Amino acid sequence: MEASEEGKSKKKAGASRLCCLCNQRRPVLKRPKTLQQICKECFYEVFEEEIHQVIVKNHLFKSGERVAIGASGGKDSTVLAYVLSELNRRHSYGLDLFLLSIDEGITGYRDDSLETVKRNELQYGLPLKILSYEDLYGWTMDDIVKMIGLKNNCTFCGVFRRQALDRGGALLKVDKLVTGHNADDIAETVLLNILRGDIARLSRCTSITTGEDGPIPRCKPFKYTYEKEIVMYAYFKKLDYFSTECIYSPNAYRGFAREFIKDLERLRPRAILDIIESGEDFRIATSTKMPEQGTCERCGYISSQKWCKACVLLDGLNRGLPKMGIGRARGGVNGDNKDTRKPASAAKSIESKKCGSLDF
Amino acid sequence: MQLTLEFGGGLELLCDSEKIHKVNVDLPHGADELTMKHLLSWVRTNVIKERPEMFIKGDTVRPGVLVLVNDCDWELSGQLETTIEDKDVIVFISTLHGG
Repeated sequence: MEASEEGKSKKKAGASRLCCLCNQRRPVLKRPKTLQQICKECFYEVFEEEIHQVIVKNHLFKSGERVAIGASGGKDSTVLAYVLSELNRRHSYGLDLFLLSIDEGITGYRDDSLETVKRNELQYGLPLKILSYEDLYGWTMDDIVKMIGLKNNCTFCGVFRRQALDRGGALLKVDKLVTGHNADDIAETVLLNILRGDIARLSRCTSITTGEDGPIPRCKPFKYTYEKEIVMYAYFKKLDYFSTECIYSPNAYRGFAREFIKDLERLRPRAILDIIESGEDFRIATSTKMPEQGTCERCGYISSQKWCKACVLLDGLNRGLPKMGIGRARGGVNGDNKDTRKPASAAKSIESKKCGSLDF
Repeated sequence: MQLTLEFGGGLELLCDSEKIHKVNVDLPHGADELTMKHLLSWVRTNVIKERPEMFIKGDTVRPGVLVLVNDCDWELSGQLETTIEDKDVIVFISTLHGG
């Protein structure tokens, strides 16, 4: 055969191979999880069915529950809202679903993605509630970054957002929160916790449901779902999502873990699920001291220290001590920097900023 | 050959915020077919206007960028070895952003 003929037939041979599952249609995707080549229809089926199985096997929901979906307008939460409302219908979970969105006050990022969530509200017919950092804490992320600079932004944002979701859930009187964290995210978190020696978090971060002893439990139905499949699902189904990187994220440590995970995935896609399994199977030595869980003295939120992280960070912001709460504790209330200001002025500035209208 | 390139998942920001590009690509000298390998380097030179490291790493796409040729995962057609034909549609989607 001539070279060009061979080339053409090689390409045609690849294209004429059929879907591994139905043996009828042309494959459009190679699943990283299983390396199977599958067609669009079979992809939709296995994607949705696997998530249904995760929900059922892990007893994520009970019939009649009010469930808030943490929605940012991004790929994971949009696909989550779509699939969850579809499965709720198809398998009669009996859930009352809501969209809960947090506005951190990041201009050019969050304001745009919120438009997407508002569209999702209409597209999926799910009621939407938006809570802002401004209302809850008196500070937008833009204000915070102006004060603390471009380092440790994610620490503030993540801590505040976690609480904000709980507060929003309490306002909506929901029984459970769901977030769109996917397998890649969880594998990154396992790595991050290892890199930081954070044993307490390492022991919790692979749990599919967390906070069952707290105000509102939350679960992650996408725990075993690959990011690649979520994006492909959204692409083929033409789901509307917002996709720009947060302007403050390039400085985040997680970026390194993510880069590494992506390189690993390229060589051996199963590595992502295997890292999660390693995380699940970790056992902490009995001689290791673990922090005890209590409640925050100031707001009642769950905390392993005297004050919860959000209160410490907020206090630092209000007193103009941006480093407070960052890094390891060294003593004092929750450790950290000595405050040379007079107590009177500190009290005044705390009062001038609201710090959350809900007590737990 | 005439090709349609689409950029999604934030990659459009690297090409003047244009999601769709209709382009004309010549075969490399001495080759009788166009492969993704060549197309990638062509795109890097002619379409990507800033921060090429967000799109390309080495001679392939940055890990985390998905590539579809005529709505089909390029992992099925040989990744960099995939041959491109006239009127093909190539889609690049980045997954590297918040969810």
